[in-house]
Amino acid sequence: MEETDVIFLWGANARDNHPIMFHHVLKGVRRGARLYVVDPRRTPSAAWGDRWLGLNVGTDIALSNAMAREIIHAGLENQTFIENATEHYEAYRAHVEPYTLEYVEGVTGVPAAVIREVALDYARADRAMICWTLGITEHHNAVDNVCALINLALLTGHVGRYGSGVNPLRGQNNVQGGGDMGAIPNRLVGFQDILDPAVRARFNQAWGITMAPHLGLTMTEMFEEMHAGHVHGLYVIGENPAQSEANQTHTQAALSGLDILVVQDIFFTRTAEFADVVLPASSSWCEAEGTVTNSERRVQRVRKALEPPGDARDDMWIITEIAKRLGVDIGPPVAEVVWNEVRRLAPEMFGGMSYARLEAEKGLQWPCVNESDPGALFLHERLWAIPRGGPAAPFSLVVHEGPVEMPDAEYPFQLTTGRRLDSYNTGVQTGGYTSPLRRPETLDISPEDAALFGFSDGDTVRITSRRGSVVAPIRIDRSLRTGLVFMTLHFQDQVRVNVLTTDVWDAKSGVSEFKACAVRLEPARLSDAALLDAERELVPGD
Amino acid sequence: MTAPAALVQLTPPRRSIELQIDGEAVSAPEGTTIFDACRQRGNVLPTLCYLETLHPVNACRVCVVEVENSRVLVPSCSRKVEAGMVVHTDTPRVRHSRKMVLEFLASSVDLSTTPHVSEWLADYACHPERFGPPAPPAAAGVRDAAHAGHHAAPDPEYAATVHQPTKLDNELYVRDYRKCILCYKCVEACGTDYQNTFAIAVAGRGFDARISTEFSIPLPGSACVYCGNCIAVCPTGALMFSSEHDRRAAGTWDESRQAVVDTICPYCGVGCTLSLHVQDNEIVKVTSPFDVSITRGNLCIKGRFGWQYVQERPGAGSGRGQRNGVPRGAGDQGDGESGRVGKGGGNGRDATSPADSPLGKRAPG
Repeated sequence: MEETDVIFLWGANARDNHPIMFHHVLKGVRRGARLYVVDPRRTPSAAWGDRWLGLNVGTDIALSNAMAREIIHAGLENQTFIENATEHYEAYRAHVEPYTLEYVEGVTGVPAAVIREVALDYARADRAMICWTLGITEHHNAVDNVCALINLALLTGHVGRYGSGVNPLRGQNNVQGGGDMGAIPNRLVGFQDILDPAVRARFNQAWGITMAPHLGLTMTEMFEEMHAGHVHGLYVIGENPAQSEANQTHTQAALSGLDILVVQDIFFTRTAEFADVVLPASSSWCEAEGTVTNSERRVQRVRKALEPPGDARDDMWIITEIAKRLGVDIGPPVAEVVWNEVRRLAPEMFGGMSYARLEAEKGLQWPCVNESDPGALFLHERLWAIPRGGPAAPFSLVVHEGPVEMPDAEYPFQLTTGRRLDSYNTGVQTGGYTSPLRRPETLDISPEDAALFGFSDGDTVRITSRRGSVVAPIRIDRSLRTGLVFMTLHFQDQVRVNVLTTDVWDAKSGVSEFKACAVRLEPARLSDAALLDAERELVPGD
Repeated sequence: MTAPAALVQLTPPRRSIELQIDGEAVSAPEGTTIFDACRQRGNVLPTLCYLETLHPVNACRVCVVEVENSRVLVPSCSRKVEAGMVVHTDTPRVRHSRKMVLEFLASSVDLSTTPHVSEWLADYACHPERFGPPAPPAAAGVRDAAHAGHHAAPDPEYAATVHQPTKLDNELYVRDYRKCILCYKCVEACGTDYQNTFAIAVAGRGFDARISTEFSIPLPGSACVYCGNCIAVCPTGALMFSSEHDRRAAGTWDESRQAVVDTICPYCGVGCTLSLHVQDNEIVKVTSPFDVSITRGNLCIKGRFGWQYVQERPGAGSGRGQRNGVPRGAGDQGDGESGRVGKGGGNGRDATSPADSPLGKRAPG
């Protein structure tokens, strides 16, 4: 990050949401790197950009395809890399041809000259990086959005080299590790394919079982199946779906209809209010031993610093005890023992990562196959080998669709959701400290729209989408463009923003389109206090 | 996919420089400072303003050494080694200069929470009391209002001081500028070295110089984003966690009962190392190691201060129902405890929790 020449933050507001990663961006910027920020809002990250590309919500694919077309027309595609490492280039070239600057300027709202400028700068750079977060992935076509960005890296060869690459900035301290450990529906530990018989044989032998070659459900699918009456029980560990999922009314109805709901958490969350059994857990980062894996695939140790309160127990202990009650001994609840089993079952990724090395070397980046392997600073170097190692990287022919709900006469505003520097997701953790920066939920709106509708700062408005309605105070925000309004999801007890959001979701990733839903605004008729109180009463269990 | 790490040369190769330090021949890579060359020989020079993760600003002048053929003493923290250089780290001239600097600092600034300084004062036979008894502290705001060029004549009976009331204007950290030696570390950490927030700078001139927000406004109205990276680099304890300050005031701060445990931040995916300072099963402050490439000692507001939730569950920590070792009162809701400005009332969290459950009932904020 610090030694690259061009950095794209695409659908990412790292200044607020990955502040220490942004320190590294700023080191790069101060060494001369150009920073381009692609975001519908002029965020604090965008304020540091050489260019802010304030595109319309959900038009990322159009922008990417237009950039590709400009690069190809300027003859700046990396022919050597394309021939050696990729496939479907000719089809891609033809596919992006209709994405002219004029057309895409209309679709995205980004001036044609800027699209061309940043495209050519990206292609000409010696080293360039594209980083993204939920602005790319919280859409109904999340995977297509990611593929559109990968296309640009393949076109220019900005992947698999030091200082170049495509980087999803992870939003949770172990979201990478969770996937690596097989906490996803289609993979086992070490990202191994559950449908591969050789993989299953490895696990069957280690665990003394016969594993069925069935894919699991994504979280979104689980809730659909709960509604359909096919899923009757749910065991929730350290998650608050009653407030974090889109289309909250729908989600909470699904939780209410379960035969049994078990919640294992450090807090009595809203989700726990629906539970039949609540298991008090220890805090995984300071009351338990283990590892987490960060955005750069670095496995690092978490350590126990505190004794958990009362009857709270380590998650690992609870799980092994439940297994015992079910008649299975899955081994001692000791973090290092479990980790060594991970190393045995996924040696291609973690084989060299002993606890002793993780301690001494302050974390290691996978893949790290044996004790003398220093770990991998970056991936995909194989694409540069001649002859190429492994399969070719395909271009994806992704089509601009835009959000499912576009503003119309009835719902004229596009609502997008996001996060603030001092708060985190539904606020379960960050509600515990008194941040001087914290202010309650607001509906943020551009000065132009506020003037048009006669709204002033602090006015209470009713915000209505096709799924529900909430009230919140207005906050005029110059970072927003006309037609766009913004809310967070940190204060769901004050304003249940997720009753508005749409649960149309990406079939490939299971992620809902939190970033775009159409809403209308009306001046609230009752007094502010009465309305906000009325909102609270809608929350079950309050 | 395998291991290019060892193949990537992150820094250009460096020549070896031959020099002499305290009569011994020394070889150090080009670009090394005299300070580091001495440290590599086991001779750690005294310093207050130097930190390896920040650009040196040569402010404190405690680390000065004598270089032959140099007219003036040189700050070892920023001067690079040169071929043939002859360095003396402990001559009478060097000792006299350090003694003078330490005496001035000790006579005017409260160094009671500055590590090592009492040893140095003894080593250099300092007598800061010879400047007279300390002048009475300035009233709140008086030093902040001083204009450059408008000095009041000092009272010769007293040693001039920077003593003044502690600034308590937010829930997270305090600024006790009676302990400030103007080393600039906080300014550098807040500015171009890391945070790039520029909430603070040096205002005023001469003895009136002080670290200040814009127009000396309280932190909650300033550009401050409460990353606490200034606290992390402060060498004197002028910037301090409220949790440490309150415990010190209550007499319950006891480093001999504290353990430091490294773990990883519970928030985003960057993976910052948090060093949890734990006393009696409670986190009392959080730092990050300076030698970890991810953070270089820096954190954000959530990592630095956002850990309170784990010990707000009933039965957590040693002081059940207490905070910072002080009995819990209504002020915990952030509505103006001990004169602090708190906007926290808006976070909607419950101050009380069901006592029969180890789970804190949490209304997410």
